[in-house]
Amino acid sequence: LSVLPKDTTAEFSAGTGERAALHRQRSLPHRPPVIPLVARMADQNTSGTPAMTEREASRLDKFKQLLAGPNTDLEELRKLSWSGIPRQVRPITWKLLSGYLPANAERRESVLQRKRQEYFGFIQQYYNSRNDENHQDTYRQIHIDIPRTNPLIPLFQQASVQEIFERILFIWAIRHPASGYVQGINDLVTPFFVVYVFEYIEEEVENFDVSSLEEEALRNIEADSFWCMSKLLDGIQDNYTFAQPGIQRKVKALEELVSRIDESVHRHMQHYEVEYLQFAFRWMNNLLMRELPLRCTIRLWDTYQAEPEGFSHFHLYVCAAFLVKWRKEILEERDFQGLMILLQNLPTMHWGNEEVSVLLAEAYRLKFAFADAPNHYKR
Amino acid sequence: MAGKDYNHLFKLLIIGDSNVGKSSLLLRFADNSFSGSYITTIGVDFKIRTVDMEGERVKLQIWDTAGQERFRTITSTYYRNTHGVIIVYDVTNPDSFVNVKRWLNEISENCDSVCKILVGNKNDDPTKKKVDSQDAMRFGETVGVRVFETSAKENINVEEMFMAFTRMVLRAKKQSQDRAEREREREKDTVNINAHRDRDRRKRGKKCC
Repeated sequence: LSVLPKDTTAEFSAGTGERAALHRQRSLPHRPPVIPLVARMADQNTSGTPAMTEREASRLDKFKQLLAGPNTDLEELRKLSWSGIPRQVRPITWKLLSGYLPANAERRESVLQRKRQEYFGFIQQYYNSRNDENHQDTYRQIHIDIPRTNPLIPLFQQASVQEIFERILFIWAIRHPASGYVQGINDLVTPFFVVYVFEYIEEEVENFDVSSLEEEALRNIEADSFWCMSKLLDGIQDNYTFAQPGIQRKVKALEELVSRIDESVHRHMQHYEVEYLQFAFRWMNNLLMRELPLRCTIRLWDTYQAEPEGFSHFHLYVCAAFLVKWRKEILEERDFQGLMILLQNLPTMHWGNEEVSVLLAEAYRLKFAFADAPNHYKR
Repeated sequence: MAGKDYNHLFKLLIIGDSNVGKSSLLLRFADNSFSGSYITTIGVDFKIRTVDMEGERVKLQIWDTAGQERFRTITSTYYRNTHGVIIVYDVTNPDSFVNVKRWLNEISENCDSVCKILVGNKNDDPTKKKVDSQDAMRFGETVGVRVFETSAKENINVEEMFMAFTRMVLRAKKQSQDRAEREREREKDTVNINAHRDRDRRKRGKKCC
């Protein structure tokens, strides 16, 4: 029984080609010793070669065709995006998939203008209240967290970038009082911001000086990031409301799922009294962003936005696939301390699109096998 | 367990407001390193260090928690089986010192008896200091908790604080072992129909440090 739909199977066999390319690359003598956190996003491949392969060029063409029509077929766009979106069309594709932009091409420009105006209207209306008594705790927490967001990437240490993040988060927080600002939400702005900066630049983003952008461009990036982050959070708000019920439920579901798909890993962790909440809380609260390099998160989000309920539901299967991926390392650990240290520092520094694609394929398989069959394989 | 490389294993928990330097203290003690730009802690972080104390190997399992209010429900699950809690405030931020009371309440809600220590971190710039040492000491006396002032950044008093606390936890363990030993001896000699109730009382009243 093949559990993969037709088009996904095609993508996987294409993935074998990517693996081969990666393999060749590894045998080259001058591979840089450290892979930057954000870089390589320019390449849709992980091979590090700047030139596009034929397959990548043809994929980009397909995207361009879909996007060029007077009405973009969103269902087709989702299918195509599931296996990754080329950098050149990622900004517009993300905006379409999140529902920020309409499928009708003619309406897009006016929608953008209206939404950007609306956002800056919020700023005018609310941002001065950040030091008022009822908002100062929220603002203070955001203000101390921003310099601690992506501390290793110079882009995010620029004052103007930090101010953008503060505004986005503050406005979102006071418009969503049921959750307000919760640590971790700051991370979730990052992928949008980086992808929308890419709309205006060709070079790598890590050390990019945003002051070289026109003011208008920077304002657009800010407003677009705000709205797309809002759309994402709409689907997972119960992760951040009082007592974080969404996270508690998902961590329990993860435990249940792992006990069914890999009993020896589950039993091993039980034996050494490792609780899922102790490591998977962060996986849910920050959508695995703390466990993966930023370039991988961006690739992951291509698929999350292409999946129905990607962030709120499919993520659970990705977490399960991610945990089981380390089964060998987990089973080798022989005490609680070793397991915790492993699970909190999983070695993904070198990961690229290739590894994320494999992870997503496994998550898809799990979802297909378990989602609609809650008693399947039940112990 | 076979091949055990320690005589005692203690679980310590670090709590306190956001941005007071909990992770920095842990990094300084466990890895002897400092960076001014740590990423915020989400959920819990975990490190271990083994120290020699009174001729024995003491393995410390140190849990570093997130400080934000919203995480309180989740972090309270980390108190289970904790031997000692380190409550951190920032000597340059009076609010974080005021909130120590709330943290103490949280401890008593989650543990019967546990060793506690109060740590005023970021104590490296007298011009920025806003929580007076004397005030902190007086407060410590009223709640029966020893106070240390540290700087993870300048590596001041961090090692001393952790070592003193480890000693407190170790002594507490030995005292309670001695007490249990004496009780066993006594119970061997007498038949007490109220033994169960007495034991419960002792358990409730047990003071750690």
